[in-house]
Amino acid sequence: MADKEKVLQKVQDILTDALGVDEEEVTEHASLVADLGAESIDFLDIVFRLEKTFNIKIPRGDLFPEDLLSDENYVQEGKLTPEGLRVLKEKVPYANLSEFEKNPDVSGLANLFTVGMIASYVTGRLASQAT
Amino acid sequence: MRWLLIDKFIEIQKGKYAKAIKNITLGEDHLHDHFPTFPIMPNSLIIESLAQTAGVLAGYSKDFKQNVILSKINKAIFYRMALPGDQLILEARMVDLRDEGAWLETTATVDGEILAEASLMFVHWQGELPSGKRLVNFVFNERFMSFFRSNLAQLSAEEKKK
Repeated sequence: MADKEKVLQKVQDILTDALGVDEEEVTEHASLVADLGAESIDFLDIVFRLEKTFNIKIPRGDLFPEDLLSDENYVQEGKLTPEGLRVLKEKVPYANLSEFEKNPDVSGLANLFTVGMIASYVTGRLASQAT
Repeated sequence: MRWLLIDKFIEIQKGKYAKAIKNITLGEDHLHDHFPTFPIMPNSLIIESLAQTAGVLAGYSKDFKQNVILSKINKAIFYRMALPGDQLILEARMVDLRDEGAWLETTATVDGEILAEASLMFVHWQGELPSGKRLVNFVFNERFMSFFRSNLAQLSAEEKKK
């Protein structure tokens, strides 16, 4: 039973703890990396806390597709290739990629990961687990 | 061994809990600079001693097959000062242990009173070494292992049987 509001609230609590920021900063549209100062090591911590709080399993690379960045087929000269974009859409279907597609610079990838996007992911996982 | 901030393990339970002691002594060189005429154990080294206790527990729980690296200090609170002559009782409790790493809660107490607590996250380093060499066990190397077995952890008979 995934109530989106409740999920968002819990995700906000988790990110407040994990990233050591003030509650007020963790708005739905806040970017983990750009606004909340998250680093790659925080991603592992966040995945762990999400799994514990929501009792779901998050396979490695499912939420934060790190493998994408190190594959030559997907990233060339700092931008995602069409192939890379396709894989990204598959892995992160709940993210809004329309803006990113116009300039698929790798450095912009991190900005896709917002608080709301994580809440969407969790809501989706909870729903599919319930079925 | 230099910068080994644990004197002895009292108890170590695979996957669960470890207790170690560290004696603070004026024989430690850094105390004479921290601070002159007022020696106290630096908080950073208190964290390090807690991290070593927790890291060894994490390593032991995976049979020392992983390179356990401290990667994140989620919380560190210091309640009192640690002075020469104090014996720190360092305790580490496993919160979660998985393939990627370990999360532990640690506390340091002196004479039964809490001195510091820290929440620590370790990762199992499985990447390449910067030199490009093949990955080897650089955390729990042979020197550490022989020291651990003969000096650091005189494990009880029950533990050894496991």
